[in-house]
Amino acid sequence: MKNYDALLIDLAPKKFGKRGTIWTLFLTVIVIMGLIAYIDQVIKGQVVTNMRDYALWGIYISNFVFFVATSFVGSVTVAVLRLTKNSWRTPLVRIAEIISLAAIVMAGITIMIDMGRPDRLLNLFLYARIQSPITWDVIIVPTSIALSFLLLYFPLLPDFAILKNHFSKTKPKHSKWYGKLALNWTGSPVQKTIQEKSIRIIAVMIIPVGILLQTIDAWLFSTTYRIGWDSTNMGAYFISGAFVAGVGALVSVVYVIRRVRKLENYITDYHFDKMGKFLGLACLIYLYFNINEYLLPIFTAPVEEDIHLNALVSGEYAPLFWFAQIVGLLLPLFLILFKKGRKPLPMFIIGMMVVVGSWWKRYIIVTPTLLHPFLPIEGVPESWHHYFPSMHEWLITVATLAMCLLIITLFVRYLPVIPIQRTADERELLKTAKNIES
Amino acid sequence: MEDNNKNSRRKFLDKGLKIGLATAIGGFAISKISKLNAKSNTSTGEFVELMTTDGTLIQVDASEVMEIEHSKNDDEKYNVREGFPNRKFVMVIDLAKCKNALKCVSACNKHHYITGENAWLKVHKMQESEETAPYWMPRTCMHCDQPACVTVCPVDATFKRRDGLVLIDNERCIGCRFCMAACPYSIRVFNWSEPGQEITLNMDHNMGMHEHMESTPDYGGKPSLKGTVDKCDFCPHAIKNDELPHCVTACPNGVFYFGDKYEDTVTNGEETLRLSKLLEEKAGYRLLEELGTAPSVYYLPPVNRLVDFKDGLENYKEFESVEKPEES
Repeated sequence: MKNYDALLIDLAPKKFGKRGTIWTLFLTVIVIMGLIAYIDQVIKGQVVTNMRDYALWGIYISNFVFFVATSFVGSVTVAVLRLTKNSWRTPLVRIAEIISLAAIVMAGITIMIDMGRPDRLLNLFLYARIQSPITWDVIIVPTSIALSFLLLYFPLLPDFAILKNHFSKTKPKHSKWYGKLALNWTGSPVQKTIQEKSIRIIAVMIIPVGILLQTIDAWLFSTTYRIGWDSTNMGAYFISGAFVAGVGALVSVVYVIRRVRKLENYITDYHFDKMGKFLGLACLIYLYFNINEYLLPIFTAPVEEDIHLNALVSGEYAPLFWFAQIVGLLLPLFLILFKKGRKPLPMFIIGMMVVVGSWWKRYIIVTPTLLHPFLPIEGVPESWHHYFPSMHEWLITVATLAMCLLIITLFVRYLPVIPIQRTADERELLKTAKNIES
Repeated sequence: MEDNNKNSRRKFLDKGLKIGLATAIGGFAISKISKLNAKSNTSTGEFVELMTTDGTLIQVDASEVMEIEHSKNDDEKYNVREGFPNRKFVMVIDLAKCKNALKCVSACNKHHYITGENAWLKVHKMQESEETAPYWMPRTCMHCDQPACVTVCPVDATFKRRDGLVLIDNERCIGCRFCMAACPYSIRVFNWSEPGQEITLNMDHNMGMHEHMESTPDYGGKPSLKGTVDKCDFCPHAIKNDELPHCVTACPNGVFYFGDKYEDTVTNGEETLRLSKLLEEKAGYRLLEELGTAPSVYYLPPVNRLVDFKDGLENYKEFESVEKPEES
């Protein structure tokens, strides 16, 4: 019983420290600045961006793709590891679910920022045409949001009930809220069966939905006649890329939460080692599809595609291309091969490398293709031949990233980031097992 | 206490309903009476038997029957999303005649009130490889029969008509720019800011050159709307008046031929030719045929040229397609 109390104190949500408050304020300020920039964009039009008729999509779209990719972490870690009965996932799943929900919500918001006429958002429903990949997105993104929310919420029910009791004296207000969120959870066998069944159904559903989400995202590009997008490789390539980005984000966030909340006893070197191997697997698969995407065309690329590939490999975009490939994929893959590379701190650095590399990788997928059309770019100002985001675009994009981190931060503040009930159950099981053995 | 409450509520509901009903009946009665009054003046008492379109017989007072013109056949009615009935518009561009005079571009810019920096109609300087000859290539919207832009539009804002035209409903476009990404010819332009056409539009409006000012797919660019896509519209506003598109009439060299595929004729304003014969004799082709977009615009290769390529170089501006009005 004493153990259980200690566990509860460790895992129950805690007030922000000084650092936490500053961090939250910092994020809020960035979000407000982005909001101001967006209002300005709505008033003046997208002329405030550096997008023009040739570079007609910019970082709003690549950032959207990044968010969608990151949200894949929920499907992978939670559902796949669950179905393969990998028990090391226990202290990590909730963090994965939180990242997943925050990212997919932000993906939905980001795609709207790119619209020239956000006031006509309803047209997407009033005049929806099913053959447009954007309509597929309109269907799959809300579906993913709903499923990600349920996948986060259902396993939380027992923990909410525990927290209700835990805070009943110290923080009656919080206790009341946790009580409401617990939906009268008592832990009776009937409730447990329903809960377990529901989670199982969602976990199975979220795999095809997650894969569909990534694929539709890829099809946004591969359904056009554009060099570099018009590729049957795209769907699988995006799924594997999302696998890498998602696990990278998970590793980074887990490390920070572990340090801030002092959870070293719960998230151990063992977990980082496992995550490292998991990320290694992801990187290997992604490497395979990268070879398909960039190396194989050497043999049969028509002239236009050759120009495009040369611009990536040795031309205008070479620095970014190689940054994304080396920092975002090859170097992490190499470091992870070593046991020392899978220790917590190196893993955090690798995770950050992967996340940053993944973000720029999306940029490299979106921008160069648009600037390599079939017919020559003529009759437009010189500046339209190139694209680099404007101040407005940076402010708004950074704000969406900050908003995502803010959502994660607030969830970490108010939710038990490590499942209390499950951890307690698993430890209990371990103990009884040991008792029987001895 | 509870009983009292219930009673008073019941009373309130009862009264409310009665008053409401009375008002409704009253209003209905008044409207009926006023109609009766209006009718009674002309009623003759004679009745005529008529059959409605769904086959039921009805009786109508003879005074209400009046003669109208025969309704036109539905096929022949003009509908902005269906197009001109029984027509299929095509264009032929003879590259042998083009010397980059750019009159087509300036006419198009003027008549579509283009204020941005990217013209809808452009003349490209083309050269496939170092050894092959350079030539000038005017490029309109291809008005494809398998238009990639229409396929990807999520709201049916850009649409394909039966007469072959691909047009945009600027009142519906959400500005996602997917059509621009999908178009392999990169012909679409976006209104990144407020188009600022007030001066030119108002001037023409005041001079009575156009009757209406609402945005319509029939007249791309008049007016353009911020945050929506624009493109070459094949000038249905001109076709309606039995006129040729502005680029065709403006070209001093007769490069553009416009016509109807069903009639198998095209004209550049000076000569009218048999489309099939022209394409056969001069080996007409379409741009990026291998993509399967099936364009409505045909090109005649730049052979036996009537003009020198170099003549066009003096007009060539790599970074400008819309002339800016001189700032005063």
